[in-house]
Amino acid sequence: MEAASVPARRPAASILDRIRGVLGRIGLPILLLALPVAFGVNDLITEGDLSRLGNNLVDGLSNGAIWALVALGYTLVYGIIELINFAHGEVFMIGSFVAFGFAGTLGLTLATGPLGLVAGLLVTLLVCMIASGALNVMIERVAYRPLRDAPKLTALVAAVGFSFILQNVGILWLGGSQRGIPDLIGSQAVLFDAFGVTVSRGDVLAVAATVPLVALLTAFVSRSRMGRAMRATAQDPEAARLMGINVDTTIAVTFLLGGLLAGAAGLIYALYQTTIWFFQGFLAGLIAFTAAVMGGIGNLRGAVLGGLIIGCIQQISDNRVEVLGPEWTPAVVFAYLVLIMVLKPQGLLGEETREAG
Amino acid sequence: MSALADRARSPWFSRGLATAVLLGAAVLPFFFDSGGPFIEDLTVALAYVVMALGLNIVVGFAGLLDLGYVAFFAIGAYTIGWFGSGFFSAAGGGEGIHFGVSAVAAQLPGIHLNFLIVLVIAVVVTAVAGMLIGLPTLRLRGDYIAIVTLAFGEIIGRVAINGDELGVGAYKLTNGRQGITPVDKIDLPGLAPFTSLELRPWYWTALAMVVVVLVVNIRLRDSRLGRAWVAIREDEVAAVSMGVPLVRTKLLAYATGAAFGGISGAFLGSFLNTVNADQFAFSFSIFILAMVILGGLGSVWGVVVGAISLSFINTLLIPDVLNPIPRQLGLEFDLTQLSFGIFGFLLVIMMVLRPEGLIPSRRRQIELREGEAAEETVLEARA
Repeated sequence: MEAASVPARRPAASILDRIRGVLGRIGLPILLLALPVAFGVNDLITEGDLSRLGNNLVDGLSNGAIWALVALGYTLVYGIIELINFAHGEVFMIGSFVAFGFAGTLGLTLATGPLGLVAGLLVTLLVCMIASGALNVMIERVAYRPLRDAPKLTALVAAVGFSFILQNVGILWLGGSQRGIPDLIGSQAVLFDAFGVTVSRGDVLAVAATVPLVALLTAFVSRSRMGRAMRATAQDPEAARLMGINVDTTIAVTFLLGGLLAGAAGLIYALYQTTIWFFQGFLAGLIAFTAAVMGGIGNLRGAVLGGLIIGCIQQISDNRVEVLGPEWTPAVVFAYLVLIMVLKPQGLLGEETREAG
Repeated sequence: MSALADRARSPWFSRGLATAVLLGAAVLPFFFDSGGPFIEDLTVALAYVVMALGLNIVVGFAGLLDLGYVAFFAIGAYTIGWFGSGFFSAAGGGEGIHFGVSAVAAQLPGIHLNFLIVLVIAVVVTAVAGMLIGLPTLRLRGDYIAIVTLAFGEIIGRVAINGDELGVGAYKLTNGRQGITPVDKIDLPGLAPFTSLELRPWYWTALAMVVVVLVVNIRLRDSRLGRAWVAIREDEVAAVSMGVPLVRTKLLAYATGAAFGGISGAFLGSFLNTVNADQFAFSFSIFILAMVILGGLGSVWGVVVGAISLSFINTLLIPDVLNPIPRQLGLEFDLTQLSFGIFGFLLVIMMVLRPEGLIPSRRRQIELREGEAAEETVLEARA
């Protein structure tokens, strides 16, 4: 592809190619380490220890666990039908809204005892997952399945359309401004403290909820019959169909899995951040997509890794108010997205895909 | 049906129709109050037509899905914000820098250049920005282009919002969410400076821009470059092996499309009298994209129709006609809040039912309907 577009007519091109090759191999790791290393050195000079960076990284990993769950949804869907499910961030947002609504229905408040709280949250988790999963399957059925044979742009535009529809559902549901929800788990409460790095309950919750979900998903995709059907369809839908796999069902199950994880992420996000609003899905979706691309889209482990890394980058940027601060964070994340696309479109763990190759 | 289609295909018929439509558009303002809201809506709609035609080059002709078109609106608008307002009040030692502006504006601090010069700057700056944004996408295809352009659009939006923190000395980059206001009114040579009370001259300026952009669009479409765009849209590998220079062709598509966005942005900055960071949200990119898709990707006249209809859905239909309905039904919500939900709904419906748009370009229609030819004949037979 490259050879065709840039004819090798100058000797300079070969040097450029070599630079590009080197950058392709080590550029992305350098890029990813740039922020933590720069701020780590800065902390060592100004404060004499790394506790601030450590705190950023702890918050980043727990935050990143949420992004990992959302990113898995992108990577699953992209892996199987090569579509960026633009509405996925909004499915996650609806998960948060369902959590808010259902926790209210159950009557979970700050006064609820620990046993009732755990039971109630588990039920809420199930409800959120099912709601988001069903929503994602419905979107696939209504908007993507009729367009599966149309040019890709068509499905992507339909996805963008759905994302706007769901945002407006969010506006109708809870209004256009941020909505605070009761801090049921006391997410800021410090659990333990080591070397000036504090770990809060929210951090533990995010990681504790994410790890089993990711383990279950990986087991499902790699062990079960349906998981094998998913991998087969991802490789070659036509051949999979000839082997007797019901491709439509397999794709629907893929969307269901993505939606289930997004719903879980929605609940965890709501408990962790204690504010939700209709627009949270837009940024979350882009961050999670960046994570999926960073890890190598279509690669499950890559999505988790990317989520954790992006979570850390985002926390560092949010926390360094003197240089960046939250208002610059989206720009930082998007700059990373563009640079990854330039340096290594196939991501950290990914293979060359048809799209990015 | 086919007789009408044959006649529509004749060049004289379409040329005559185009002339009639444009003449009608030129005399239209005489029937409305020159300071009234309808002329204002019309003028904004025409500015959107210019933008939609620009995006049509990138998405419709060259097939590069650009989800960050708002970046060029922003850059164009900031061009007039910087070079046609009192924003840089320290410029020229507090006296201001003036060139070719009316006696009133020549007294004001800040940089004030004639609107035509601002337009030229806007075209150059946005074209360069378009190429810069296009560069990282050259190796990518399909969805990845969409995401990279979206990321650029968001980065520029963020810079616009936080630009009041950036700057050198007394000069800030932007005025953030407060906006740069007032912005110089258009001041064309030989005409009195425009005012916000008399909107007809604004309308005619916008119409003239639309005509110029239309002619450029049609001539480009039928040129060698236009055919190269369509070729890379339909099959990039085949186009390259046929000798289409991929890098240059794609970059020119980005640059041309961006330049139209810049023209329209500079005009809107002056017309709306503010350059405000809140205008440059992702949803605006989708708004313009929805115009292109509604009208028909790659179809010049379709895009014009799409832009005008969506613009009027936004400025007239939703706030004035549809908005009272929920209240009459006893529901408590403001429909104007939901306008983007309505656009989203339109996009989905269009994609599922009629992906080729209202007035499709013939080539595109064939492309989209390739696999469905058999089904289509069955449907027609039934109808």
